[in-house]
Amino acid sequence: MRNRFLKFAVPLFAVAGALLVSALLIMVTGRDPLIIYQKMLSMTFGSDYGTGQIVFRTTSLILTGLAVAIPFKVKLFNIGGEGQVLAGALAAAVVGIVLPPQTPPFAAIFICSLSAMMAGSSAALLAGWLKVRFGVNEVISTIMLNFIIQAFAGYLLTWHLALPSTVHTPEIIHAARIPMFDSVIGIWHKSPANFSTFFALAACLAMWIMVFKTTTGYEMRAAGMRPDAANYAGINTDAHIIRAMGIGGAMAGLASVNLVLGYKHFFEAGLTSGIGFMGIAVALLAFAHPFWIIASALLFGFLEYGGLSVNAYVPKDIFMMVQAVTILMILVLTKIFRRPA
Amino acid sequence: MNEAAVRLTGVSKKFGELWANRNVTLDIQQKSIHAIVGENGAGKSTLTRMIYGLLSPTSGSIAIKGKTVRFNSPRQAIAMGIGMVHQHFMLIPELTVTENIMLGDERGRLLASLKKTDASRKIRDFADFHTLAVDPDAYVSDLSVGEEQRVEILKLLYREADILILDEPTAVLTPSETEQLFATLKSLQLEGKTIILITHKLDEVLSISDTVSVMRKGEIVATETTASVTKSDLARMMVGRNVLLRIEHPLETPGKCVLKVSHLSVTDRKGIGRINDLSFEVRAGEIYGIAGVEGNGQRELLDLLWGMGEQQYRTSGSVTLDGTSLRGMNPAEIASSGVSFIPEDRLKHAVIPGFSIEENIILGRHREKRFLRFAGFDEAGVKNYTKNMIDRYDVRYDLRSNPPLGSLSGGNQQKIVLAREIDRPDLKMLILAQPTRGVDIGAIEMIHKKIIEIRDKGIAVFLVSTELDELISLSTRIGCLYKGSIRHEFSSEEIRKGRSAELDFEKEIGMFIT
Repeated sequence: MRNRFLKFAVPLFAVAGALLVSALLIMVTGRDPLIIYQKMLSMTFGSDYGTGQIVFRTTSLILTGLAVAIPFKVKLFNIGGEGQVLAGALAAAVVGIVLPPQTPPFAAIFICSLSAMMAGSSAALLAGWLKVRFGVNEVISTIMLNFIIQAFAGYLLTWHLALPSTVHTPEIIHAARIPMFDSVIGIWHKSPANFSTFFALAACLAMWIMVFKTTTGYEMRAAGMRPDAANYAGINTDAHIIRAMGIGGAMAGLASVNLVLGYKHFFEAGLTSGIGFMGIAVALLAFAHPFWIIASALLFGFLEYGGLSVNAYVPKDIFMMVQAVTILMILVLTKIFRRPA
Repeated sequence: MNEAAVRLTGVSKKFGELWANRNVTLDIQQKSIHAIVGENGAGKSTLTRMIYGLLSPTSGSIAIKGKTVRFNSPRQAIAMGIGMVHQHFMLIPELTVTENIMLGDERGRLLASLKKTDASRKIRDFADFHTLAVDPDAYVSDLSVGEEQRVEILKLLYREADILILDEPTAVLTPSETEQLFATLKSLQLEGKTIILITHKLDEVLSISDTVSVMRKGEIVATETTASVTKSDLARMMVGRNVLLRIEHPLETPGKCVLKVSHLSVTDRKGIGRINDLSFEVRAGEIYGIAGVEGNGQRELLDLLWGMGEQQYRTSGSVTLDGTSLRGMNPAEIASSGVSFIPEDRLKHAVIPGFSIEENIILGRHREKRFLRFAGFDEAGVKNYTKNMIDRYDVRYDLRSNPPLGSLSGGNQQKIVLAREIDRPDLKMLILAQPTRGVDIGAIEMIHKKIIEIRDKGIAVFLVSTELDELISLSTRIGCLYKGSIRHEFSSEEIRKGRSAELDFEKEIGMFIT
């Protein structure tokens, strides 16, 4: 009873509190917060294009949110979403370029997506293996892997992949492109929103089933809550650590599909930057629950694009602060409400 | 007539809707050893935490040596000469004994250099005076549990406490350490200290205290001179009904050998031999008890029997169940060959508090086909099974709210573990480690009955316990484990004879385990 109430109340309070803080900041810049908020709404959900932009951003955030949420079930903090998305984007682009042009569309999309997931997954698996084998803290190893992947991607792009005098690769084959909503059903005019949104929604459903309805998820949750008790019950906790990291990394990899196959159709420098880290916030706000992640990603997608849309009046950095304040509020509020009964 | 050291008048403490203590009126005489007994959750800890200033009463008043007080923090209680040794020690392992004792009481100004050599000499004299042998320069991480407890007591004495509260002090001690502790407490009493002892071990109450108060459901139900009560009086007052302290013991009919351990030797990571050439057999339909002081190889043996030892230790010898080697199997494989294990620290190792009751009742048995459907669980089936087990084991909770297991009382959690492990299909052997440690008297009775019931079904029971009376009352045979091997084995005839002169028999066993 109490728990159910808190599940709703804490995120709502946090978001409301953060908006209040941002209102104060907007006032400091000399603008009327109500007017800014109104403008923001009309340029986001109020407009066809804006809505599409939000859907587009939400899609990636859902998946990077899952990338944090699944390892969270075994009490691992995957900070490596950033690097894992990047690895995925690189893999999707490279495979998309080298595939023969006559590959059938579904096969091409499938192969590219799978490569992206495998690339993201292997980065995360490495961190999981380091944890199990040598006890390396996954926070540290995933941060380090972020640096390594960023540097490696930068090197590959500049020295081998980029078209001369550009910072992007050639385009992927047509068959590997995921169609945009605009071009197929004519909604969200000119926005980058594409059908990979369904990948993200399907992933949420699949993760929910995996975590709460399968024996694997049961064992995984047991291993996360009480590793000792899980071991005594014959559950291989190490295997679950590795598995959860692998799945998380795959989700991050899949997030890149939205950008590479659905939007840009090539890989460029900075294409994925920020969405991996934002996934941490998305997962925290949603208490790592696969369904709440959809709502949470929508909020962050809205703040991100909304901030951009009113950039002419107030600096968009204010909305980055809102996002951070929301997370801090969540952490504080859960502590406050979680008093011993 | 001198004032009472502690006088509680109508003290109540309410947590939410729950009365943890209700209208407690109690005098604790100066220079006495006053025991407070009660089952888990009877309110003993709440009461002492109020005396020590960790909690403040909802109503009622507390007077220390005739002076009414109202503590906001332990600091004020300490200033009034009250000290408390918590069940879990509050020492910093990285610091030395001296540093720990001085901590929070440096008696110097900020930034003034600490005269540690002086302090350490002073503490050595102090320890000698109180016959609390401990090296002041040793690091706490190197001390045994008994020594740590002595440091805690020294800490209080150093701060000139004269009312000492000890919360379950013997829970972690070996029998000889317990004896030593009691000797210390007696001598402290002679020095004029008042001692409040929280416990649920009735034998200890009878052997050391002057006065005993019994708590039940937050209230004091009786305060008596210890000399005037018996063990069964106390048990009855604690539980509120007659309790069978001694289980009916129908004759056993042991069958074929189920577990066979032969020439088992175990060396730990540091190269220290933990088990040396250990051999014994457990037959179907018997309870094989292992008596022994903790640290004589029990843990290593249990780890090996449950498939958790091979990575940690170097092992030789054989362990077979019905002729099949258990070595090299993992816990899941051992369990599926018909073995159940109820570990000593049940709340840490046997349940997951954040899981629901249903999820816990299949923990470790969640691979059984009967619970599965496709890649997940047969939820209706699990629910039915849970309901069935809850009825059979009389677990009490609100069925509708589906609470996490952690919100149930300890006794009810125990029952769920017991139900789950005993009901394992094709059970051949049940391994029990300290099955009644930290368990209420009422629940002990039930657990013992279940163990006998299991035995009579022809299941081999392997019982590791440090409680000799439990071993004597349940076991068919008893192996005395000393330094990693069986030093002596008592046959069923010897045990049957021993039951009629229990104290002598306990002493006899005691000789083989120390």
